[in-house]
Amino acid sequence: MSNIIDRRKNAKGKSTGNRQRFLKRVEGQIKKALPDIISQESIQESNTGGKVKVPIKSIKEPAFSHDPASGNKQIVRPGNDRFSEGDKIPKPKGSGHGGGRGKGSNSPEVSEDEFAVVLSREEFLKYFFEDLELPNMVQKFLENTESFENKRAGFIKYGNPSRLNIKTSYQQSLARQIALRGAFLAKFKKLEATLATTTDPVQLAALQAEIEKVKKQSNTIPFFEDVDLRYNHFEQIPLPTTSAAMFCIMDVSASMGYHEKDIAKRFFTLLYIFLTKQYLNVELIFIRHHTTAKEVDEYEFFNSKESGGTVVAPSLELMDKIIKERYSGGNWNIYCCQASDGDVWSDYDADECGVILRTQILPAIQYMAYIEISNHSRDSSLWRTYRSLEDENRFSMRKLYDVSQIWPVFRGLFKKEKAIPS
Amino acid sequence: MNTELYRRLFSNPTWDDQTLEAADEITSKIGRESLKLLTYPNQIEIVTAEQMLDAYSLIGLPTSYPHWKFGKDFVLNQNNYSKGRTALSYEMVINSNPCISYNMENNTTCMMVLVIAHACQGHNAFFANNYMFKDWTAADSIIDYMVFARDFILKCEEEVGHEEVERVLDAAHALMNHGVDKYRKPTKLSARQENERLKNLVNFKRQTYNELWRTVPKPRPIADGQFHRSFKFPEEPEENILYFIEKNAPTLPVWKREIIRIVRKVSQYFYPQGLTKVMNEGFATFVHYHIINEMYDKKLVDDNFMLEFIHSHSSVLYQPEYNSRYFSGLNPYTLGFNIFMDIKRICQNPTQEDKYWFPNLAGKDWLEEIHYAMQNFRDDSFILQYLSPKVIRDMKLFVVADNEDDDDYEVSAIHNERGYRKVRESLSNQYMREFYVPDIQVDRVDLHATSKLHLVHRVINERSLHNEEAKDTLEHIRYLWEFPVQLVSKNKLGINDKIFES
Repeated sequence: MSNIIDRRKNAKGKSTGNRQRFLKRVEGQIKKALPDIISQESIQESNTGGKVKVPIKSIKEPAFSHDPASGNKQIVRPGNDRFSEGDKIPKPKGSGHGGGRGKGSNSPEVSEDEFAVVLSREEFLKYFFEDLELPNMVQKFLENTESFENKRAGFIKYGNPSRLNIKTSYQQSLARQIALRGAFLAKFKKLEATLATTTDPVQLAALQAEIEKVKKQSNTIPFFEDVDLRYNHFEQIPLPTTSAAMFCIMDVSASMGYHEKDIAKRFFTLLYIFLTKQYLNVELIFIRHHTTAKEVDEYEFFNSKESGGTVVAPSLELMDKIIKERYSGGNWNIYCCQASDGDVWSDYDADECGVILRTQILPAIQYMAYIEISNHSRDSSLWRTYRSLEDENRFSMRKLYDVSQIWPVFRGLFKKEKAIPS
Repeated sequence: MNTELYRRLFSNPTWDDQTLEAADEITSKIGRESLKLLTYPNQIEIVTAEQMLDAYSLIGLPTSYPHWKFGKDFVLNQNNYSKGRTALSYEMVINSNPCISYNMENNTTCMMVLVIAHACQGHNAFFANNYMFKDWTAADSIIDYMVFARDFILKCEEEVGHEEVERVLDAAHALMNHGVDKYRKPTKLSARQENERLKNLVNFKRQTYNELWRTVPKPRPIADGQFHRSFKFPEEPEENILYFIEKNAPTLPVWKREIIRIVRKVSQYFYPQGLTKVMNEGFATFVHYHIINEMYDKKLVDDNFMLEFIHSHSSVLYQPEYNSRYFSGLNPYTLGFNIFMDIKRICQNPTQEDKYWFPNLAGKDWLEEIHYAMQNFRDDSFILQYLSPKVIRDMKLFVVADNEDDDDYEVSAIHNERGYRKVRESLSNQYMREFYVPDIQVDRVDLHATSKLHLVHRVINERSLHNEEAKDTLEHIRYLWEFPVQLVSKNKLGINDKIFES
């Protein structure tokens, strides 16, 4: 008799393991495809979920086979509608694969050689930010390291003897002793009352023995019992060991066209995803500036349309002010990332920026990255000023203009390097 | 038989357990009584699309060893399916005892009945009776063996690391087509026996190990060239390259040999399936066609059911013509079904032509002849034996000669008196294994100096090897053999055409 089994409730994902193995095999290709994806996709939106398609070339699985162009073959085909024996049909020119159906390059059919791997968001970001880190993190490595602080959290009944809290335990003991003694006392009084009224000598002796026993018991109430003991209790509160703050400064002046802003936003989006994904304790400070600088929240930073003329210095002043107010004291690893098209209102502004950077900001922070979104071959005045401050470890600057350059520049800025001895 | 009940069950487009049980009961009754089918017991499993995709990528086996290739197939199938580029098949059936078939949950009642008739009767009977399957596969132990294979490979991965195991599997997979015995019967082993064999082998080696043997001087190679011939190794050429490597690779560790053996066994298991595609599908279609029609005759299903059935049946049998944009070769379902139907017709109503072409069939009992054909042939011999002029005419088959050196194709035969034999012969050739698997054999091993492995490719019909593929595959052989490998293409005069070295 046949056996009918409903397998629908069985575990799915029998192929998950094999899929992982396959992904491992094409890891190199996935990494290579990343820059393209950055330039095509709006990652800010896709950060929230969804899937990423990575086009890859399939791995070859060679086997001995015939060269399709070679040899003499007799091929049977169905549906003869016009041919007689001996008819000649010219071979298609330029195709060695006689008789094969050619596929146009724009054909929607995907051959086995090239297809898309659909990665989950998690998988994607894993490939994405591999080998990247915040530079110059001094001593206080952030990545997934957390320390704990013990905090008092009341008393518990079980614990380490060294944590015995004598005062509380004694309170418990006292209460117990009073309660027990009271009970014996009541019994004692009752027996005495009966004793007073009893005359029968046999009964009398029994009562006296009883009284004696109760007296004895009431005197032997133990001073401490296990139920009295109380121990100090501590709870472990995770503590950030190091704190990092990232200042994102974006120029939103009118000279920044749609394209420039788009690039800047993409860059900051990457930075934002990178930091929030890799580091638990990073504070992000967003500053937008045109003629005035303003600290904004994340939403406004990425979405606001406000614009105006260009003065850069106020943003740096604002940053300096915020550092002094909130992030002083040397407990913070401070980073700054500034994006601009390099256009400044006057050389004076650029000079002022240089001064602020040199005297106030750079000494206080770990690392600053400046990206200039422009395709001019001529260096802007801001670029020239910054150039004099450039320093391998502390201050990097890059120029980019094309979407496809974002990822390489980003990688260049945040590539894992050997930790600098502090 | 409660006709009303069945009718009611089968006319409801949604099915439940009762429907499936009824379908199974009816189809096996008709299969058994009217078509005299002998089958393995059935195990019908209802699966979701996702599970079907899993089954696809494990080449239809319920379990298999882990390898990226299956993951790649999965990703590919999943892509195609989720884009709507391909539909999943309604069922998938495994040559095992009991015969496991996966049926898709979103089939309608009609499709379920069809699929149960097709797979659980048709394919099942084919697996159980065709000589290729009986000779070359062990339906009783395949599931068991795959469990052993998986466990063994997982154990190897644990011990030597998964990169190394993967490397061996990659190399062995490249030679899968050349890991098949065509003339020797494989032994049928279960997982338990297999494990025991391994254990005994290791024990034996350990117990009989003797340091002394290392010190025994090796026999001197015979320098005289004229005796060289008689010391040729192997004495006869070996076409099962995987087998040869497994048994004779000079320095291969035991675990690698065992992995090669596993791949070889799997390849052998699938060997008959590749050679009986037309027959297998044709016979299963023939069976479901008869069973459902009989159900209709017995009033077990209504007209609606029948209409849906006819629609599905004819879609399965759709054969686009050579110039259609949907054309992708001959549809094995159509070809096989047409030939089986024609055998029946020739037995029942032979024409003058049939009496000339098939004197042995005309007027015989059709069921017996169908059974005979189903049991004793494979695609190439089946076509050569049974492709009738009528089928050639109906399908308007014609032969195109594609010669490498000519600028034109030439129509060398069409569906007329002069062409029947030529069409039949060409079509039969097309289903021979040599048509798509190059004939490559182990010729000899240079035992005396380099341990070099010599392979010979016999060129048939001037069809040469694909250079890139051959080079890459040779690399894999080199890895397994661990010594130099040479592949020589010899044309029909025995002259070297191409030489590949690795």
